[in-house]
Amino acid sequence: MYNGGKIIAGLIIFVGLFTFPIFYNMGKTSAMPEPKLDTPVIKQLVEKRCVESKEYMRANHMQLLDNWRDLVIREGNLVYESTGGKKYIMSLQNTCMHCHSNKKEFCDKCHNYANVKPYCWSCHIPPKENEI
Amino acid sequence: MNAILSLIAVIGLVLIPLIGVKGANLHFLFGIVVPYIAIIVFLIGVISRVMKWGRVPVPFCIPTTCGQQQSLPWIKQSKLDNPSTTSGVVGRMLLEVLLFRSLFSNTKFELREGPKLSYGSTKWLWLGGLAFHWSFFIVLVRHIRLFTEPVPAFLKNVEALDGFLQVGIPGVLISGVVLLLAVTYLFLRRVFVPQVRYISLAADYFPLFLIMSIAITGILMRYFLRVDLVSIKTLTMGLVTFNTKIPEGISVIFYIHLLLVSTLIAYIPYSKIMHLGGVLLSPTRNLPNNSRMVRHVNPWNYPVEVHTYQEYEDEFRDKMKNAGLPVEKE
Ligand code: HEC
Ligand code: HEC
Ligand code: HEC
Repeated sequence: MYNGGKIIAGLIIFVGLFTFPIFYNMGKTSAMPEPKLDTPVIKQLVEKRCVESKEYMRANHMQLLDNWRDLVIREGNLVYESTGGKKYIMSLQNTCMHCHSNKKEFCDKCHNYANVKPYCWSCHIPPKENEI
Repeated sequence: MNAILSLIAVIGLVLIPLIGVKGANLHFLFGIVVPYIAIIVFLIGVISRVMKWGRVPVPFCIPTTCGQQQSLPWIKQSKLDNPSTTSGVVGRMLLEVLLFRSLFSNTKFELREGPKLSYGSTKWLWLGGLAFHWSFFIVLVRHIRLFTEPVPAFLKNVEALDGFLQVGIPGVLISGVVLLLAVTYLFLRRVFVPQVRYISLAADYFPLFLIMSIAITGILMRYFLRVDLVSIKTLTMGLVTFNTKIPEGISVIFYIHLLLVSTLIAYIPYSKIMHLGGVLLSPTRNLPNNSRMVRHVNPWNYPVEVHTYQEYEDEFRDKMKNAGLPVEKE
C-alpha cells in the first residue's frame, strides 16, 4: 500500500460519517410516538373516529388541511362532508383542535419525531394547555 | 439500445417490490434484509476498491498541468492550475470537488461555413453537473431526519432554507425538484448530443435512470401518494438501532423507493459512481507538480545489480594489461 496512512485515515473518516446514525443512536430504543387521544371531547365521542379514517389521517392530514384552507378562503365553502357522510366545519382551530385540544401531546409528538414544524401556529392560535 | 436496456432494468427494479410486497407480503425481505445487504455490500466494496487503488504504484509524477509551472522568480506561476505545493494541491482538489472547476473550462468546437473552425466555451454540463451533485447532497443530508432521534437542530435550518418558497403543504423542497430536473437534463444530453450518445454505455444510462426513479418515487411520496412518515421513521430507526420492526400501514411506494435506493447504494462501489473516491486518488490531481525540485522515486524500482566500469576494470585489470588493453588506473 502506498500512502497507506492517509488512505486508511480517509477510509475510517468515510465509514465513520456513513455509519454516524448508528453511533448517534447507540443505546437508545426507538419507539413509535403514540399521539394521545385522551382529550375531554374525544372521551365523550360515541364513535371514536376522526374526520376520515385513521390511516388516511396519519398520511394525509396536512393535505386535507391545505385543501380545507383553500376551500374556505378561496371558495367560501365552509362545510366538509367526510367519506362517511358526516359534516364538519372546515376549521383548523375550531374543528381539529376542538377534538385534539392536546396539541403538545398529539400533533407535536409526531411532528417532533418527524422534524416538521408547521408554520400554521404563527397565526392560528393553538389551544390553551398547561405548560409542561 | 443501451438506454432501453437500462430502462428495462430499472422498471424491473420497480416491479420486484411491487409484486413482492403487494403480492407476496415480503415486507421483512424488502424493508430490512435488502437494505442491510446493500449497506454491507457498499462498505465492503468501497473499502476494497480504495485499498486496491492504494496498492497501485504511481511510477511517475503526472499531475495535469493547466498553467505556468513554478519557474524562475519573475515568471508568475499559476498556483491553482499548476500547483507545486501540498496546499496548492489541496486548493485545486477542493475547488474541483466542490465547484467542478475543470468542467467550467469545457469547450466545444464547431465547423462553420467557410469552412471555419470556431471554439467556444460551453457551461451547460458544468451547470447541470453542479445542480445535480449539490441537490443530491442536500437531499441526502435531509434524509438524516429519518435516521436520528432526536434530530440534530441544523436539519431544521437546512429544510427551512430548502423550502423557503413555502408553496403548498407539505412545502415544496427545492433540492428535490432541482435533482429531478438536473438528472433529466443529464440524460437528455446523452440522448440528443450525437457525440455523447455515441460514447454512452448501459453503465452510463443505468445510474441516471436509477437516480431519476429514486427522485420520482421520493417526490411522489412527499407530494402525491402521501405515506405515513411516522411509521416509516419507525422502520428506519429500527434499522440503525438494530432493533428492526415493520410497522403496519406503510404503502408499497416506500418499498419501491427503498429497493431503488438499496440498489444504488450497492451499485456504487462497482460502477462509475465510485468517482467520489477516485477523484481523491487520481495521481493527475493529487500530486504536486514539483518534479524539478523533488525526485519522484518510482516505487516499482527494485535494486538493480550494476557492474560499473571501475568494478569491471578492478576485476579484469591484470588480464587487460596482459592483453595490452589500456586501463584507467594502473
Ligand atoms: C370529532 C373529533 C375529531 C376531529 C374534529 C378531528 N379528529 Fe383527528 N382523531 C380523532 C379521533 C377519535 C382519532 C383516533 C382515530 C382512531 O384511532 O381510529 C383521531 C386521529 C387522528 C390522527 C391519527 C393519530 C394516530 O394516532 O395515528 C390524526 C393525524 C388526526 N386525527 C388529525 C386530525 C386533524 C388534522 C384534524 C382536523 C382536520 C382532526 N384530526 C379532526 C378525533 C377527531
Ligand atoms: C399568515 C398567517 C397564517 C398562517 C401562517 C396560516 N394561516 Fe390559516 N388562516 C389565516 C387567516 C387570516 C385565515 C382566515 C380566517 C377566517 O377568515 O376566519 C385562515 C384560515 C384557515 C383555515 C380555514 C378557517 C379556519 O378557521 O381554520 C384553515 C383550515 C387554515 N387556515 C389552515 C392553515 C394551516 C394548515 C396552516 C399551516 C400550514 C395555516 N393555516 C397557516 C392565516 C394564516
Ligand atoms: C401520526 C403522527 C401525526 C399527528 C398525530 C399529526 N401529524 Fe401533522 N404531520 C405528521 C408528519 C409525519 C408530517 C410531515 C410529512 C412530511 O414531511 O412529508 C406532518 C405535517 C403536518 C403539516 C404540514 C407541515 C409542513 O410544513 O409540511 C401540518 C400543517 C400538520 N402536520 C398539521 C397537524 C395538526 C394540526 C395536527 C394535530 C391536530 C397534526 N398534524 C397531527 C404527522 C402527524
